[in-house]
Amino acid sequence: MAILVLAEHDNKSLKSSTANTVTAAAKIGSDVHVLVAGKGCDEAAKAAAGLAGVTKVLQADDAAFEHGLAEHVTEALKSVAGNYSHILVPATGYGKNILPRLAALLDVQPISDVMAVENETTFKRPVYAGNAIATVQSLNSKHLLSIRTTGFAAAGAGGSAAVEKISASGSSINVTFVGQELSKSERPELAAAKVVISGGRGLGSGENFAMLEKLADKLGAAIGASRAAVDAGYVPNDYQVGQTGKVVAPQLYIAVGISGAIQHLAGMKDSKVIVAINKDPDAPIFGVADYGIVGDLFQIVPELTEKI
Amino acid sequence: MKILVPVKRVLDYNVKARVKADGTGVDLANVKMSINPFDEIAVEEAVKLKEAGKATEIVVVSIGPAQAQDTIRAAMAMGADRGILVETTEAIDLGGIEPLHVAKILQKIIGEEAPNLVIMGKQSIDDDSNQTGQMLAALLGWPQATFASKVVLGDGSAEVTREIDGGLETLKVSLPAIITTDLRLNTPRYAALPNIMKAKSKPLANKKIEEFGIDTTPRLKIVSVAEPEKRKGGIKVETVDALVDKLKNEAKVI
Ligand SMILES: Cc1cc2nc3c(=O)[nH]c(=O)nc-3n(C[C@H](O)[C@H](O)[C@H](O)COP(=O)(O)OP(=O)(O)OC[C@H]3O[C@@H](n4cnc5c(N)ncnc54)[C@H](O)[C@@H]3O)c2cc1C
Ligand SMILES: Nc1ncnc2c1ncn2[C@@H]1O[C@H](COP(=O)(O)O)[C@@H](O)[C@H]1O
Repeated sequence: MAILVLAEHDNKSLKSSTANTVTAAAKIGSDVHVLVAGKGCDEAAKAAAGLAGVTKVLQADDAAFEHGLAEHVTEALKSVAGNYSHILVPATGYGKNILPRLAALLDVQPISDVMAVENETTFKRPVYAGNAIATVQSLNSKHLLSIRTTGFAAAGAGGSAAVEKISASGSSINVTFVGQELSKSERPELAAAKVVISGGRGLGSGENFAMLEKLADKLGAAIGASRAAVDAGYVPNDYQVGQTGKVVAPQLYIAVGISGAIQHLAGMKDSKVIVAINKDPDAPIFGVADYGIVGDLFQIVPELTEKI
Repeated sequence: MKILVPVKRVLDYNVKARVKADGTGVDLANVKMSINPFDEIAVEEAVKLKEAGKATEIVVVSIGPAQAQDTIRAAMAMGADRGILVETTEAIDLGGIEPLHVAKILQKIIGEEAPNLVIMGKQSIDDDSNQTGQMLAALLGWPQATFASKVVLGDGSAEVTREIDGGLETLKVSLPAIITTDLRLNTPRYAALPNIMKAKSKPLANKKIEEFGIDTTPRLKIVSVAEPEKRKGGIKVETVDALVDKLKNEAKVI
């Protein structure tokens, strides 16, 4: 049976998480379909059809799917679920909101945050903030998985799958989209960036993040943050890296004024190279850093920006 | 208006999980256990709604070992009125009672209790599933407002601001509904000693999981649980120049 991937998109373009999820699907089987549920989502469907390894795209285009609400998207998934042995979503806020809802309707116990595929039914996933890795076998008749994007490279271009329009309608459940406040940024997507610079409570204020911006400009980096920095209102919520925020694994992660609580490490310790800048020589972040530098970030960051 | 809050007993968030030597799970013997932090936020939100005169009764439910009573009492000390313990001897973190089972039990309890609103955590910090709320909403046919950072209760509906991948989103859901909490919804209070004492005499019903007639055969088999790969120990550099040199010439990442 084929494998279905739910695309994450904004109707115009695909989020990179979709490409990572396609790669995970291709490790399970060779017939990989992608469902694009949206409104006026031709562009997104076309982008999905162009991903290497995708054999078919299903496009469910309806006003109900415009904002990707779980109640509605679940209906589109349910209408085609019977044709698939596996249904995969990216383990992002979008995918995690939808998959369990579908799972309950199909009477399936899904597996969250899959980081490796062992075989068709066995997967690895982190538990306890990544302090343990569980190898889990799904005994369900259908396998529902959310995929950690950091565990799988993004599928490249070069696909030429056909796009098939399917008719699906939303749910009658009473939920309405009121509005959205997206943080604007010219920077690369946090989850897909090659370099990430994150600031913590040590930054002391939102204004001081400007210092990280300058360094990020030089490195083409995305900006992230610890929970403490987000809670203090220095930066928006979607900057949070960690167990309960975003998971990143860039080539280079620079932690500035972050102590390295286990919940933060859970979101970044698979980065290739980690740099820590902290004035406390005993900060736990140094335990995972390849290169640590002890000192005042207000001196080190500007100097680094100048010299890099 | 009645609010139901499911609360889970988990390894305290300050304690580092240790994998059992036989690779079957995480060692929970003689370690500090606490209420799941997201559930504490859920209790706080319910208590605030009660204090604001918008809710009349808060019922907390926990599925777990007999000691989950402490978790329920902790929620009562914060201001919940009544508790229900659904006792099981199975593990509730890995390889035992799973989110789908929990959702089915909660569905039955909700059938009896008929709350107008359920507020629960977005994620347990042990299994890190982030599933139960969404599953429960599906089983009940209710709307879901997950990852909430703000809740405004209206007449028969709630306007909920959610933390999404790109920022914030606001939804209006009709009640009854499921809301799951994110970190920034509120800051839970510390229970004052007199309230801890008072909580001891609040009603707590004891039920056994078998009473619910739900098939709790695991759908997931835990093949093994292992420590994550350790990162190779790094070094400390003395100067920014040395750091730049390492990044350029050793790590070759810039
Ligand atoms: C349920 C739950 C979920 C959580 N999820 C997450 C999550 O997803 N992500 C996350 O990040 N956290 C999460 N946390 C919070 C986590 O436990 C820590 O509280 C948080 O990561 C701390 O952030 P911080 O390192 O910025 O702050 P702190 O721990 O206060 O560290 C600040 C650091 O800055 C250094 N510093 C200060 N001034 C300077 C200076 N001038 N120069 C250099 N260094 C300086 C200090 O030495 C210190 O090490 C969660 C907690 C709970 C309970
Ligand atoms: N055993 C349990 N008892 C009570 N509530 C639970 C239990 N397991 C999960 N929950 C609730 O479901 C939420 C999400 O849990 P999970 O899906 O396991 O990440 C938790 O924050 C709790 O509110």
